Formats: sequence, structure tokens, C-alpha cells
Amino acid sequence: MNSAAANAVVSPSAEAVIDVKGLTKKFGERTVVDDFAIRVNRGQIYGFLGPNGSGKTTTIRMLCGLLTADAGEGQCLGYDIRRESQQIKRHVGYMTQKFSLYEDLSLAENLDFIARVYDVKDRKQAVDKTLERLGLTARRTQLAGSLSGGWKQRLALAACLLHEPKLLLLDEPTAGVDPKARREFWDQIHDLAADGLTVLVSTHYMDEAERCHALAYIAYGRLLANGTATQLIQQSGMTTWSAAGPDLHDLARELRGQPGVDMVVPFGTTLHVSGADATQLEQSLAPYRERTGYRWVRIEPGLEDVFIGLMNSAKDNFQ
Amino acid sequence: MNAYFSWPRFLAVLLKEFVQMKRDRLTFGMIVGIPIIQLILFGFAINTDPKGLPAALVVNDESVFSRSLVRSLENSQYFKFTHRATSEAEADRLLQLGDVQFVLVIPSDFSRKLQRGERPQLLLAADATDPSATGNALATLNQTVKQAMDRELVGPLSGLKPGELPVDLRVQRRFNPEGITRYNIVPGLMGVILTMTMIMMTALAMTRERERGTMENLLATPVRPIEVMAGKIAPFIIVGYLQVTLILSAAKLIFGVPIVGSLVLLSLALIVFIAANLSVGFTFSTIAKNQLQAMQMTFFFFLPSMLLSGFMFPFRGMPEWAQWIGEALPLTHFLRIVRGVLLKGNGLAEIVPELWPIGLFMLVAGTVALKRYRQTLD
Repeated sequence: MNSAAANAVVSPSAEAVIDVKGLTKKFGERTVVDDFAIRVNRGQIYGFLGPNGSGKTTTIRMLCGLLTADAGEGQCLGYDIRRESQQIKRHVGYMTQKFSLYEDLSLAENLDFIARVYDVKDRKQAVDKTLERLGLTARRTQLAGSLSGGWKQRLALAACLLHEPKLLLLDEPTAGVDPKARREFWDQIHDLAADGLTVLVSTHYMDEAERCHALAYIAYGRLLANGTATQLIQQSGMTTWSAAGPDLHDLARELRGQPGVDMVVPFGTTLHVSGADATQLEQSLAPYRERTGYRWVRIEPGLEDVFIGLMNSAKDNFQ
Repeated sequence: MNAYFSWPRFLAVLLKEFVQMKRDRLTFGMIVGIPIIQLILFGFAINTDPKGLPAALVVNDESVFSRSLVRSLENSQYFKFTHRATSEAEADRLLQLGDVQFVLVIPSDFSRKLQRGERPQLLLAADATDPSATGNALATLNQTVKQAMDRELVGPLSGLKPGELPVDLRVQRRFNPEGITRYNIVPGLMGVILTMTMIMMTALAMTRERERGTMENLLATPVRPIEVMAGKIAPFIIVGYLQVTLILSAAKLIFGVPIVGSLVLLSLALIVFIAANLSVGFTFSTIAKNQLQAMQMTFFFFLPSMLLSGFMFPFRGMPEWAQWIGEALPLTHFLRIVRGVLLKGNGLAEIVPELWPIGLFMLVAGTVALKRYRQTLD
């Protein structure tokens, strides 16, 4: 757990950049986002987590005016999300899940286009500065289509930053990007947040989730939990045991379905066994802990354990 | 199993193609729709032997002979006297405007000279810009006139019957005296080429944004629909003018097409025509899900445009319902403008009646396009 991130959580009295309530979106009969509320303070890096199809992208699109909410109210950067999407667009940098700049334009041409669309002052310098800032200057004449995933993501971030937005909405920005590029990307995000930029980022990576100041977990269009990573782990009330030893796969098979055992997840050479009810879990595990050759340790549950636990309990509620 | 060709593998691809074909309703519609449209258009609408062509009549000598002549011409079914002009100048104007295909002038001393056996002049002026539209009517003309005269020249006048025609029939093929088909086709091609390329290019330009996913980014920026539309259309207007320059140069230098009217005036009409086509393309691009569908829609519009506009077949030869469809298409009106300006030397006053329908079409198509273009992804 990144303690620096936990400490950086801004107090509730701080200035809210996003503050929405009751946000609902339906596609035909299907409710994709249901009664969603979120509050993001200035300078925060807010992580959006949840399984595929949980409504993360839809929520982000509603926040930046790409989709109109069927119900709900609130403000984004002080503008009404339902009526003032045009103003919101001016001050938001939105990075789409899929690369959405022009592959047949060069890096500089792409940025120049974006700068013109946003009516950026001193366009040429702004483009040069942004290219420099993200280390893209050497590739400025290269066509965007010829870039690899990591560089495309950098270019997309550059395009988002060009008009000096106050809020960044990043939709799975690091999907398919190698670990080094991801780490560099997150260093950038933290630098930006330190300068006062607010960032809402959706991700599937737990290490990225841990680098966020606050997290929201969504499933089936509903907000299941939010808070800092530490808070989420504490709130979950989950107990996790780690087992090391031979034939973990067989052990896992035996453990599944035992009372109190909610989750059995292999982690390389160890097995993580978690449950919401600590006493019952302990009772169930007692006979196994006697077995020779196994080493059992009680550990703090990871975010992933917590989220999968949330998902499983959510399934019971909604399906 | 054969290493080079495996039936199960072939079947896998085949079945997949059928499933995909079934999913793409528009393609499926094309498979059925195109033959039906072609059958209807070629089977019912197109007629290379146009009859009932509108004609103006200038009668300076009301007599039994002139009445008989008019009746015979109408009975031949090729001529239909829709206008009666008091002077030749007035009739010529009708010809210039394209309101009539023919003008028949019966001179004031017609019956007197006829009775004296002096072979009076009978003038038939034809709008020959489209030689195929007037060809058959003119071919039967001699015979029809002879029959009419034979019927009336009875009693003491019957002596005038035998031998040559008792009147001096003068046929003037206006605007294209030699009846050269390419004088009609080459200017028309300008309209056809512009229709095809303008619609296709804009339809693809917008659909490409959606297909490549760049639309989402564009929508997230403050750019407004009207800005996108204008920005996308303007470059193609320039492309359109390039094509026009190319076609006009070829028309003049290679095909020797006369350019009687003002090119400045033609350029003015071109702006409206090109913009109308671009609006259609833009509308298609808001409907089409991918570039293939955009192409198909373009073809759907292009086919009737080419067949019903009077480009390939005489407009007046088509049944009324087909003419109505034709009147709704910008190409129909543009063909009249371009042929009118280049061959007839028409001025602004003569082309306005054809220009405003194109303008109206552009407004309607542009409104639909803007209404359909959404600023959100809903």
C-alpha cells in the first residue's frame, strides 16, 4: 500500500471539481449507469475500477458531455453537466480508451489540429512545449499510425494537455502498454496532480489503483464502494490467509466451497484464501493448517481480493 | 485431407461470410434493391423515342391549312403544342429557356402562297442540344407535313399535290446545328462526375472518422457540428472546381465543345450544385455505419441521378412519375444549366428557374445532415 497516496487524500471541505448525484444512463431497456454519485476534489487522482461493462466509460462520457444523462444532476468544474457541456469540454482533457487521433497525421500535425480546435494561444509554442514535455520532440514528424502502443498513449496524453485543462478524464489510458511506459505515465500523472490538475482515471491494474488518492469501485452500473485504498480494505472486513506448499492446485480445489471460504486465488507459489467471516474461515482452515509441508500466514487482503469480493456480493444483489 | 485445399476450412469461411452478409442489412438491401431499381428504371422509365414533346406555335396566318398542319403534327404524337406565342422572339425565348423543344412558325402569307403554288416557307426550330431527343420527331416531319397538305389540297388545288412538298420546310437545329452528341454529353458529364465524386468523398470523410474511432475525440472537443460540416465540405468544393477545370479544358480542346455562355455564371451555378451534392454526402455519412455502407448509399443516389436526369436518355421521353423523381434531383437541373450556358449562351435570368431547385435541395439536405449529426455519442 502506498502510504503517500493515502495521506494525500484531500479533506471533504476542499474544492470539488466533480460533484454529481443520481447519474443514470439507459441504452434502450438496459440501465448502464444507475443512480451514480461521485465527488472528486481538486488535485486528486481518482481511480475508477470495475469489471468490463460496468459503466466506467459511460460515466466518464457523461461527465465530459459526450453522452447526456437520463437522470441526475451535478457539476463538473462548476458547470452543470446537463446544460453546460460545451463549457465543460473546453476545460477537460479526455483520453479515449481507443486511440482516437489521426493515424495519417504526424504527431505535430495532430497536436496542431487539437490546438486550433481549442483555440490555444501561441499555438506553435504550445505544441512545441507539449512535445518537449512528453519527450516526443524527436518524433514530431512521424505519422501517429506508425507509433507503438506506449508512444501512442503519450501522444494522446499530450493532446489532452495541450489546452491546459483543469480536469483530465482518462479512460483506461494504460491498457496494452508495457510496465515501464506505464510507470512513466503515472509519474507524469502525479506531477500534473501536484500542479493542481484533477485526474479521473479508469483502470484494471491494481498497482495503478494503489497509486490513486481515492478509488471508486463500480459494478453493474452502481457504485459499490469508494474511499482510499486503505479504507476500502478495512471496510471490506475481509480476512486473508496465504498458504505455501506442494500441490496448491489440489488444495485450492478442496478449499473451494468450504463454509467461510469466499475466495481461493492462486498467486504464483502461494494461495490466497479469503472470507468475510474471519471466525468461520479460521474454523474451516484449521484442519488444513495441521497438514505438514504447508506454511500458513495471515496477511492483509489485497485490493484485488477486496474488489473480487465486492463483485461476488454485488452479483447476489443484482442478478 | 488435402493440404492445399480443405473443404471444411473453405466451408468455415463461406459460412462466416453468409452470417456477416446477413448482419449487414444495407448490403442485403443492395443485393435486392439494385436489380429492382434497375429493372424499374430501364424497363419503365427509359424511352429513347420521346413523344409528346412540347412545342410553341407562332401562327401569323389563321387558315384551314395551318390548323390542319398543327393537327397532323399533334397526331404524329411527337409534337404537343403547349405554348402559343405572338411573335417569333417570344417563341425563341421559350426555346432558350428550355420550356419547349420546338417552335413552329407559320408565316402570314402561308395560305395565299400555298394556293398560288409558290411553296411558302414553313419554319421549324428545334432545341438540338440533345440530338437524341429531337431526332425521331424531325425524321417523321417531312412525311407528316406532306400528309397534312395532301388532305387539304383538294379540288382545284389538287394539282399541287404530286411531286415535291408544296411547302418549303426549313428545319433549324438550334444550339447544336450538326447534331453532335458529344456536345450534349461532355457538358453533362461534368454534372455526373461531380455528383459521383462529391457525394462519395464527403460520405467517406465523415464515416472514416467514425470507423477509425477519431469521432469520439472530435466530439469531446468544443468543435461545433456546423464547423465540422463546413470544414469538411470546403476542401471538396475546391476539388470540385479542379475537376470542372479539367473537364472544361478537355471539352474545349479535345472535343471542341462550343462555349457560348459565361464561365463566371457557370461557376456560380457550380457552387450551388457542388454544395448540394456535398450536403447529400454529409447526410449519408451521418447514417452510414462504415465506409462500405457510405459507398453503397452513394451508388443508390447516383444510379437514379444518372438515369433519370436526362443525362443518358431524353428527359421528356420518360413517364410523368419518372420526370417527377428527376425534377427532385440536383443533377437534372444542373444539366439544364450547364447545357444552357455552354451551348445556348443562357444568362442569369434563364438559369434562375433551374438554380433555385438545386438551392432548395441543398438547404433540405443540409438541414437533415445537421439534424442527424449529433454532438454526443447517444
